[in-house]
Amino acid sequence: MKKNIRILIAKPGLDGHDRGAKVIARALRDAGFEVIYTGLRQTPEMIAEAALQEDVDVVGLSILSGAHMALVPKIREVMDSHELGDVPIILGGIIPDEDKPALEAMGVRGIFGPGTNTEVIVSKIHAMMGDASA
Amino acid sequence: MDDLVNALLNGSRRAVARLLTWVSDESPQASPILTALFPHTGKAWVIGITGAPGTGKSSLVNCLAKAYRAQNLLVGIIAVDPTSPFTGGAILGDRIRMRDLSGDSGVFIRSMATRGSLGGLARTTRDAIRVLDAAGFDIILVETVGAGQSEVDIVRTAHTTLVIEAPGLGDEVQAIKAGILEIADVLVVNKADRPGAHKTVSALRMMLDIGHPASRTQMTAHHGQLLEVKTPETPHSDEPIWIPPVLETIATDEKGVAELVSAIQKHREFIQSQGLSAPLERQRIEIELHERLREALIQQLLESTSPEYVMDVINQVQNRQLDPQSAVTKILANHKQMVS
Ligand SMILES: Nc1nc2c(ncn2[C@@H]2O[C@H](COP(=O)(O)OP(=O)(O)OP(=O)(O)O)[C@@H](O)[C@H]2O)c(=O)[nH]1
Ligand SMILES: [Mg+2]
Repeated sequence: MKKNIRILIAKPGLDGHDRGAKVIARALRDAGFEVIYTGLRQTPEMIAEAALQEDVDVVGLSILSGAHMALVPKIREVMDSHELGDVPIILGGIIPDEDKPALEAMGVRGIFGPGTNTEVIVSKIHAMMGDASA
Repeated sequence: MDDLVNALLNGSRRAVARLLTWVSDESPQASPILTALFPHTGKAWVIGITGAPGTGKSSLVNCLAKAYRAQNLLVGIIAVDPTSPFTGGAILGDRIRMRDLSGDSGVFIRSMATRGSLGGLARTTRDAIRVLDAAGFDIILVETVGAGQSEVDIVRTAHTTLVIEAPGLGDEVQAIKAGILEIADVLVVNKADRPGAHKTVSALRMMLDIGHPASRTQMTAHHGQLLEVKTPETPHSDEPIWIPPVLETIATDEKGVAELVSAIQKHREFIQSQGLSAPLERQRIEIELHERLREALIQQLLESTSPEYVMDVINQVQNRQLDPQSAVTKILANHKQMVS
């Protein structure tokens, strides 16, 4: 029996648009994932708590505000303190190239700019999960 | 395995989360643990929340959880959303309405996808409830998919079932169609801030007056009949009947929540004071065993029957050489031969 991959899609920070996050959530559902969608303005604590309770395989963050360099390390830190060190983070948003190495060093396993083909995201997640069907 | 069981019994949230995953995945690792946990279950009060999409189920779960937390009770929540039959994926969005509960370690929220099950819950929801029960949660709130028509699973699972309605077009008719009077222990008209709420309330009350069916508890007391959820019968006049109260709430303003909590408490007391807990539990066990048996038997049957054989039988039915019932008889006879 195939394990169902569960992904948390969260929108941290204060900006009030979650259209992008919803589009991704739907695309991932259509790719056969179980997507836990938590809505806007999630604090790092809320994200870590939801990731823990839902026992997700991946946490996907949508950050369009440009605050990724402040938010991602904080979220990673709170997740680690909840024994979620082994849960990878992927990131969607407008991320300048010069920030990418630092984010990757924090354990961000995939960075996707606006308009990324969802198939790219899907196959990246499959690859991360070690799924041969990717 | 013992480690996980002990961690869970000691309230480790990580252990609860991991075991819920194994249970939902029907992983072989889950069954010995469920066996070990079973003696620790049976303590929680399970409240089902059902009703059409968008009526405010998740918002009410949020309110109820807060109210029970104020009583210092531990609250487990299972929110079920549908799996897409086409892709196998799901969007589980009920947590959006439960953000007030974040940061409270006395609450545990888990979203579940139906994964092909049609009765409003996932096939594994019962076991998920047991995990939360064994972990020490006093109240377990179970939000169903809310498809409306076939929400029978929840009455076979919960101790108290709430049916949530909202004011709007055609409620009166819808209510009759979906047979909600039979499954509701408490009827809630949410969104009472919207026009038409009073009308919906009086329509529901009128229906209760005209044709309140013999309650499920009555039915159980008399028959304990397998797989029967509703059997409208003339109740014996000397036996007390539970008449579902109809309440108004505004979940977004937390109005009417105290009354709802007290209606649930009254139902619980009714069940317990009438000595109905045991027969109702027996009925739930009977139904569950029946379901599990059916699945196990089909599984066994398909394991001992080659797909080619089944294909061949299907062909014969399609060619009108065999009618469906004879086809079943044939497959069963073949199975008996294979296992003997
Ligand atoms: N006006 C008003 N809106 C409400 C009330 N309760 C909930 N809502 C709104 O109704 C919408 C649906 O609420 P949910 O709690 O998600 O309803 P649900 O039944 O869980 O929905 P599904 O899980 O999708 O079937 C949300 O936008 C809520 O804010 C209420 O009492 N009054
Ligand atoms: Mg809901």
